[in-house]
Amino acid sequence: MLDADFFRRWMTATAASVSREAGRLTDLDSPIGDADHGANLQRGFTAVAATLEKEAPDTPGAVLTLAGRQLISTVGGASGPLYGTLLRRTGKALGDAAEVSEEEFAGALRTGVDAVMTLGGAAPGDKTMIDALVPAVDALPEGFAAARAAAEAGAVATTPLQARKGRASYLGERSIGHQDPGATSSALLVAALQEAAEADGE
Amino acid sequence: MSDEKLVGIVLVSHSAQVAASVAELARGLAGGGAAVPLAPAGGTEGGGLGTSSELIAAAAASVDRGAGVAVLTDLGSAVLTVKALLAEGDELPAGTRLVDAPFVEGAVAAVVTASTGADLDAVEAAAAEAYTYRKV
Repeated sequence: MLDADFFRRWMTATAASVSREAGRLTDLDSPIGDADHGANLQRGFTAVAATLEKEAPDTPGAVLTLAGRQLISTVGGASGPLYGTLLRRTGKALGDAAEVSEEEFAGALRTGVDAVMTLGGAAPGDKTMIDALVPAVDALPEGFAAARAAAEAGAVATTPLQARKGRASYLGERSIGHQDPGATSSALLVAALQEAAEADGE
Repeated sequence: MSDEKLVGIVLVSHSAQVAASVAELARGLAGGGAAVPLAPAGGTEGGGLGTSSELIAAAAASVDRGAGVAVLTDLGSAVLTVKALLAEGDELPAGTRLVDAPFVEGAVAAVVTASTGADLDAVEAAAAEAYTYRKV
């Protein structure tokens, strides 16, 4: 079972890896975006970790709802409402249970990913975060390691795609040959699930 | 339907200067626009380019007279942030609506229409209709 502490560790691990990889995310965002993805997400997830520390919500749903809300208010770019919606909708779908099963979490995360697709209008293959998140959710029933591998493969697979959403889509064919920064950061988020699970009981 | 309460209008841009200038332009071109509750919400709180949910929520609260609030945006994160705030349910005043309209032309149409005491549906329709204005 996954408790509030697991989800808090997930967010803390995401904040750490986003901070570690901020330079790479911004580098990926330079040729096809506006070179702010690393800094924006670092600011957002650092604020998430701080607010979870301070407010210490005691259910999985409350942790993710608070995290999502914090991202929307601190990121300042499109990734704020997108990641914010992902976490908030996932959190709402988890309800107010004190613990949730991995199956319940997988179902809730799918609800969150669907909400991101509705908000941004992106579908798989559009060279967005969805290209990492959908394979991850599909693989999640096989465990966090499988989800992580699927997300990372999905992110790498965005390289030959032409962007159809967001600022990169204005570049048309020139967006081909670059790995999508949003899919890359989504893979970090999914990878942090495994880190949170491995840190259990320490 | 249209008593003395005027529809409020919020202009959300990635740039504080763009939001403020379009607000000034719309008010200036609207004639009777002086009375329309109108607020820009541009850029980030730090003054950079981007979108701030706090500035949007504060702007919407400041123009809410109880007749609804029409929010016009430029692109990307401005659109997504307003949509995410509307989905939240309690961050924006009741009767706040994202209006699908071109930013500059829509703002002028919205302010002119709101200044007549028209309701939110009419303000939204006027702003959206600005898309049909062809230049060539």
